[in-house]
Amino acid sequence: MAYVVERKSLSLSERLYLPQIVAGMKVTLKHLFKPNVTLEYPDVRPAIPPGYRGVPTLVKDPNGREKCVSCQLCEFVCPPKAIRITPGEVPADQPQRAHVEKGPQAFDIDMLRCIYCGLCQEVCPEEAIFLQNTFSMAGYTRAEMVNDKAKLYELGGTLPDQHFKWDKKKAAEEHGNAHH
Amino acid sequence: MSAIVELWNSLHPVLQAVIKGLAVIGVIFPLGGASSLAERKVSAWMQGRPGPNRALPFWVAWVPGISLLQRLGVFHLMADGGKMFFKEDPLPGHVNKFYFLLAPVVAMIPALTTVTAVPLGAYVDEAGRVVPLILANVDIGLLAVFAVSSLGVYSLILAGWASNSKYPFLGGVRASAQLISYELSMTLSVIPVFLWINVPGGEGTLSLAKAVEFQSQPGFLGGMWFIFIMPVAAIVFLVSLFAETNRLPFDMAEGEADLVGGFHTEYGSLKWGLFFVAEYAHMMIGSAVFILLFLGGWNPLPWIPLSLVVEWLGAVSPVLTHPIIVGLLSLGIFVGKVLGMIFVFMWVRWTVPRFRYDQVMKMGWQKLLPLAIGNLLFYAAAIAIRDLQLGVAYWAALAVVTVAATWAIFANPLQKPAL
Repeated sequence: MAYVVERKSLSLSERLYLPQIVAGMKVTLKHLFKPNVTLEYPDVRPAIPPGYRGVPTLVKDPNGREKCVSCQLCEFVCPPKAIRITPGEVPADQPQRAHVEKGPQAFDIDMLRCIYCGLCQEVCPEEAIFLQNTFSMAGYTRAEMVNDKAKLYELGGTLPDQHFKWDKKKAAEEHGNAHH
Repeated sequence: MSAIVELWNSLHPVLQAVIKGLAVIGVIFPLGGASSLAERKVSAWMQGRPGPNRALPFWVAWVPGISLLQRLGVFHLMADGGKMFFKEDPLPGHVNKFYFLLAPVVAMIPALTTVTAVPLGAYVDEAGRVVPLILANVDIGLLAVFAVSSLGVYSLILAGWASNSKYPFLGGVRASAQLISYELSMTLSVIPVFLWINVPGGEGTLSLAKAVEFQSQPGFLGGMWFIFIMPVAAIVFLVSLFAETNRLPFDMAEGEADLVGGFHTEYGSLKWGLFFVAEYAHMMIGSAVFILLFLGGWNPLPWIPLSLVVEWLGAVSPVLTHPIIVGLLSLGIFVGKVLGMIFVFMWVRWTVPRFRYDQVMKMGWQKLLPLAIGNLLFYAAAIAIRDLQLGVAYWAALAVVTVAATWAIFANPLQKPAL
């Protein structure tokens, strides 16, 4: 519905204009003495809120074991095809990892392709890949900008596990229920 | 100290003049550069930012307490200056080279010339007279300042025209039109001051030092600064000053939103820097004139003239009344006031957004000019009534006419919204 906006005639102080400028100058003078609202970035880092989608990383479980089982779901779901996984067997000399059959031989994330969408974290059945709080990456070459497996674990570290999936499975097996 | 005075007096007058001139330029030029840094800091603080605070030459980094200067961005001044001197100086192929190179020089000349007629302080000699510190103590003072500072616009026109490019050209045209519009109200607004100073029977003068002298007399009206006696004139002068110096909200000549960089679009490095320093030098001279005319010059406070301060100093110790010390004191007061005005310029710049060009013209011709004329008529009548001692009836008539005219202008409900 069309309606008419009433144009009020200006008040005396508005027509004089100078009182309005003085009012504005009061505001700016107040701001002159207010503390700064900016961060001096390289010296002071912002607090990263939980749930922030930074650089994708690989994490280990609280037992220090590799969580990724190289199912390659993240590789398939990755929209810009930034992730490349070479699946491999779990070496026999690592009995603590005997609960899984496979682990990644190589795990590369090309950070020049990554769009930080978080789909890899969403899709991972093992909760092995997380977008964490690293937000600034820089390198001199294209090769430097590809995070390999070692770098991904270095960035990721160990996260507390919410579910202990494999421990539960093991316990269920011991109680004679293979499919808990 | 008297040895210094004797040495100075033994010098040839021409040498004295050259030294004085160089000393003044040597203060104004760095102050212009420092103002650019102050502008960056003030704007940053008003916007809630720290502003430039990184630069620190490694060879002074060990000095304790240097980080405070670093936080204040003092070293950015040198970094900026060094950059401006040493970066590539491009000369576009399409410009008229002679005038293109001439324009920044033409910008600097009036900016540094006007200072000759501006008194910068005063000292009290043995006879108790207040002697102004001035390069050329001439009676045409203000006229010389106005005449020479208006030449500054030629540099903008030259720059705009010689750049052979559309935006600089528009900037130059705007600058000239703006200057013509506001020059009128500016000149009209100072006439009441000199009507007041040039009492009948006295010696006619346009000297700025005389204007200060008039604000340092004894008595209630004598010690009053002209901003209290003539507030409207002061406001008109100040607004015109903003327009004349191309400062926001009147920086039509630059107007980076609509004109890229305005008249200096095609300029770079030192040539651009000269325009920049010239702008600040203009601001400084303009504020100096405003302070001399309306804010009591080198008198510290209204009703407390410099001579009174000297008396107080003499009561403390006779050494303090030495002309050199008093001169430095008055210089300090005056420069402090000028820097305060520069801050007001910056304060207004980061408060008021730029006017549209038609608003600038409308304000100049339809608001400020009539206001300045009305102000002139009022003071001419008031001064005539005062000097001829015409009596209460005339004062009453003047008051009635003033109130009626003010009401007719401001209380008219049919008036369209301003601007």
